[in-house]
Amino acid sequence: MNVTVNINGAERTADVEPRLLLTDFIRGTLGLTGTHMGCDTTSCGVCTVLLDGVPVKSCTVFAVQANGRSITTVEGLKQNGQLSPIQQAFHQEHGLQCGFCTPAMMLVGTALLEENPNPSEDEIRWAISGNLCRCTGYMNIVKSIQAAAAMKSEEVSA
Amino acid sequence: MTTTAEPHSLLTTPEVSGLGHSRKRVEDARFIEGRGNYVDDIVLPGMLYMAIHRSPLAHARILSIDTSEAAAMEGVIAVVTGELLAGYNLAWMPTLSGDTQAVLATDKVRFQGQEIAAVIATDRYIAQDAADKILVEYEELEPIVTPQRSLEQDAPLIRDDKEGQTNNQCYTWESGDKEGTDAAFAGADKIVSLDTFYPRSHPAPLETCGIVADVNSATGQATLYMTSQAPHAHRTVFALVAGLPEQNIRIVSPDIGGGFGNKVPVYPGYVVATAASLVIGKPVKWVETRTENLISTGFGRDYHMHGELAVTRDGKILGLRVDMLSDQGAFFSDAQPTKFRAGLFHIVTGSYDYPVAHVTTRGAYTNKAPGGVAYRCSFRVTEASYMIERLVQNAAYELGMDPAEFRMKNFIKKDQFPYLSPTGFVYDSGDYEGAMKLALEMVGYDEIQKEKEQARGEGRLVGIGLASFTEVVGAGHGDDYDILGLRMFDSAELRVHPTGKAILKLGVRSQGQGHETTFAQIVAEELGIPASDIKVVEGDTDNTPYGLGTYASRSTPVAGAATAVIARKLRDKAKKIAAHLLEASEDDLEWEVGKFSVKGDPESSVTIQDVAFAAYTDVGEGIEPGLEGVHYYDPPNMTYPFGTYAVVVDVDPGTGQWKVRRMVAVDDCGVRINPMVVEGQIHGGLTEGFAMSSMQHITFDEQGNCIGSNFLDYLIPTAWETPRFELGATVTPSPHHPIGAKGVGESATVGSPAAFVNAVIDALWPLGVHNIDMPVSADRVWAAMEEAKS
Amino acid sequence: MYPSKFDYLAPTTIDEALGVLAEKGPEIKILAGGQSLVPMMKLRLANPPALLDINRLPGLDSIEDSNGHLSIGALVRHNHVVKSDAVKDANHTVATAAPWVSDPIVRNLGTVCGSLAHHDPEGDWASVMLATGADVVLRSRQGERVLPITDFFVDMFQTMCRPDELVTEVRVNKHTARGGGDYQKLERKVGDYATVGVATSLELADDGSIAHAGIALTSVYAHNLKVTEAEDLLRGSQPGTELFKEAAVIASAACDPADDHRGSAAYKRHVVGVFTERGLARSLEIAQGGQS
Repeated sequence: MNVTVNINGAERTADVEPRLLLTDFIRGTLGLTGTHMGCDTTSCGVCTVLLDGVPVKSCTVFAVQANGRSITTVEGLKQNGQLSPIQQAFHQEHGLQCGFCTPAMMLVGTALLEENPNPSEDEIRWAISGNLCRCTGYMNIVKSIQAAAAMKSEEVSA
Repeated sequence: MTTTAEPHSLLTTPEVSGLGHSRKRVEDARFIEGRGNYVDDIVLPGMLYMAIHRSPLAHARILSIDTSEAAAMEGVIAVVTGELLAGYNLAWMPTLSGDTQAVLATDKVRFQGQEIAAVIATDRYIAQDAADKILVEYEELEPIVTPQRSLEQDAPLIRDDKEGQTNNQCYTWESGDKEGTDAAFAGADKIVSLDTFYPRSHPAPLETCGIVADVNSATGQATLYMTSQAPHAHRTVFALVAGLPEQNIRIVSPDIGGGFGNKVPVYPGYVVATAASLVIGKPVKWVETRTENLISTGFGRDYHMHGELAVTRDGKILGLRVDMLSDQGAFFSDAQPTKFRAGLFHIVTGSYDYPVAHVTTRGAYTNKAPGGVAYRCSFRVTEASYMIERLVQNAAYELGMDPAEFRMKNFIKKDQFPYLSPTGFVYDSGDYEGAMKLALEMVGYDEIQKEKEQARGEGRLVGIGLASFTEVVGAGHGDDYDILGLRMFDSAELRVHPTGKAILKLGVRSQGQGHETTFAQIVAEELGIPASDIKVVEGDTDNTPYGLGTYASRSTPVAGAATAVIARKLRDKAKKIAAHLLEASEDDLEWEVGKFSVKGDPESSVTIQDVAFAAYTDVGEGIEPGLEGVHYYDPPNMTYPFGTYAVVVDVDPGTGQWKVRRMVAVDDCGVRINPMVVEGQIHGGLTEGFAMSSMQHITFDEQGNCIGSNFLDYLIPTAWETPRFELGATVTPSPHHPIGAKGVGESATVGSPAAFVNAVIDALWPLGVHNIDMPVSADRVWAAMEEAKS
Repeated sequence: MYPSKFDYLAPTTIDEALGVLAEKGPEIKILAGGQSLVPMMKLRLANPPALLDINRLPGLDSIEDSNGHLSIGALVRHNHVVKSDAVKDANHTVATAAPWVSDPIVRNLGTVCGSLAHHDPEGDWASVMLATGADVVLRSRQGERVLPITDFFVDMFQTMCRPDELVTEVRVNKHTARGGGDYQKLERKVGDYATVGVATSLELADDGSIAHAGIALTSVYAHNLKVTEAEDLLRGSQPGTELFKEAAVIASAACDPADDHRGSAAYKRHVVGVFTERGLARSLEIAQGGQS
């Protein structure tokens, strides 16, 4: 079946089987390997992408469902050669160690801040509770999202 | 973060970024752009995909394997069975513990999830379709799911493949002084005993294990991209197992999405993929699913422990006895030093000063996945630390003493180091009282104790738990520490370029610990070359010196030492070159970070960059050109990080649920290369300790079905359940380590489970609850409270 | 890890969709959020020959507070309910339960109606609807029918939805100013199914007595269990701690939990009792306070 998506601002088309998971479409067919696969029960969230701006676990969506829709992956966070606030924040606050959950965490953080520009710590922890991390203990991921919120509000007031 | 230590007086500026700087990580650049290079990101021309067919049964004879339907499917290139591998003498392989393990089962299956056959196809979906079509006929046998049953006289023999094996005993091992300990116990006022089970747990890094095996039939070169924490050791194992000449094997361990010990063993999947690539002549990729990862790869723990502490009535420990029975699964495949069949479990004597101990251990085969040493355990120190810290806590209660006071009374004192423990460890340095005092202060221990009283009156349950652990890491001197005979030294190769930049190559392999950032800081400290001018390379066996890899918190103690030593050797050579450039004698030169100058004449100086250039252009009479070297460091001793953790919990008596109100962690890992990185390691370890104490374990039913082979059953806490951590630090350098550093990666996993459990027990002890084994889930809390009522 | 092969249809009108169901009903599974179906397909526990993706059908994605009930369309995601002001004001049981469903990412795709149509005994929504009262709207080529939720549910994973039918809407009762509701859930971690879940709903009469009571249980019976005996006890009585205790005892006795890795049957029964008391107390607090 034909699938056309707008991914990180670019239109891509491919012919795929209905059963092809969106994660494999992104990683294999489109060659964007920043989105990861970590489990087989929709539990870990390292496959999270933004589908029309909303975080979804791409391992539990078929590529054919994304036909005609827009997807943002980690590769789409950088804009005009500039790292986004969330990317800068994760680096500043040591929000990553092995990096495997990081793309997902940053995308969920990005979506959260769109909706809630100044979240409390509890709100951040709640928002990322669908995404696992084994390395950081979440402390610095929370700090990173808080730092990104601060950066973004500075941008706004500047 | 709070510390009572003298802040590490920074020798270098932030630009140079030597020791003590919280240098931001070099690794981040690629990960935050989604440009990491993990094994599953690797795509080679013509690459095929492998899927493994696994046994649904825990113990059964294989009567037949029918691969015909699978082999006939479109897109399937080959189906590999044990029979095929046997032709290449590859159906069995050695384990890192000197046992053998089936690569693909031929006679019997010995655990649920064991590898039976593999399909190689053009696409992973097709590979799975075909794997599902393999038909195996089994004759079921009694599954052994406990080590106790395994050692009974009439238990069926699991390892009938091993010549001379007549029972299911895997090993026995003993340490300490039985007679002396018996005497101490005979003279004790009181004996405190505790039976506890540390359940099977699994590292479950978010990236599963995998390989892209590329055996080039034209050149004979085998390039194996593998999730490997120990690429050199793996290369040697491959050479021995597969009969491939070692110089033709190149193992590349690319970015690894978490290891925690899970990526130390050699798995059948790696061997089959390599054999398949050899035979087919194309690259073969195998990346396991999460289910495969949990059901078949290296797990941790599964220790049944009985501990006894002999004490005087006023609270002095006289001796310790521990008996342990471990569940090793179907094969003995622990990656641990060969002389220690139970790893470093005999550190179970802990942070306390007493003259005698006796530790007896046995391992049993069962019909479960093989393993035991994995999961951030420092070779069984997690189990040991848990045992002693639970025992000490209960001893305090039984004596009517405060648990902090009891520990303090028995701590090894600061001036007793180096301290020879009753089981032969020489603890290098420690200040246990210092760490304890800081932890108590940070958590407000006395106020919490007061609150407990009041809370009970109001029907609330509050508890505060402590754990004062001593870790032992940095395996270790080669005379005592080897894996499969490979001595556990490690290495660093440093080369300074003409323009004053450098490249550092290591025998270890980070899986998130930040070596690219932190090891450059070691060199920066010694040579004054800015850390940002130093590239750090790990993981490619063709391009790095031989090392035993990263696990058991050994990188800083061993490869870090090697790095400091080689940097100092280069500095010594640099001094000679500087003397030549300054036309002075070496004795007249002094060094300050990055610069040699003539004593008394500071204008007469050369920078390290000047020297680097000169090494290639004007090196001086009798001096070899270049500025590089390699050092293999055989550590004189282990290092002993330590700390005290304090946890405050509130228990809901209605549901048994408990919530962590405060968690204070004071760690001492000696000199901290990069405090930010150290804290990150501790956060991660505390979370894993919390996970094991509250929800995370693998169990088996009576048929040997694995409960915990996916993330619905194997529970990993999210940011919502995970507590917030407050970190403190003391700094007691290691006297024998070149930069005074100790390892730290596993301290928090080692020390924290007991702290969490002790907190819950502290809340419930007045109700008559004296022990709850991990995971201390809500239902177990309630059941314990109910039982105590009756 | 990967599903078996299947055919895929994604119609853009309801009529088209109903046509497909009329023709292929028994061999086709409806894909809405897919957060229950797709995981089962990936483990090959479900191998439907074809999927009917209803996500492109218009008019099914709104929450309306009208006609005396709260209407939740077939494509309303769990998170829409979480964020909905209309829900917060209209039904407290629904509002309290919504954030407990699965995890925040899954809630972006999973649907309330899909959950009801799936009828997993460990699913939360069924208990909420049983406690608070609701009607399910089913459409087919043959027309539309409306079933009370108690008739809609048959047994574990079984409902009255025919193979040619699509659940288009659930019409949920609203709380009045003298109504209140709650959902208590014990989960081992975010994303785990309930060890025990208890949905409660109370409506008070002018004299403060209980006009309507709803109690339903998750994960402690073959299917979500409406505890009618306890509801009967409460109806007509003056609310109070002792009465709620009695109701809790009935609820505890009525359930039939399994001994499993989430806990013993005895433990779960105990928690049912604790949660029933707590839930009723909270529902009363809201009902008496006028708002949450």
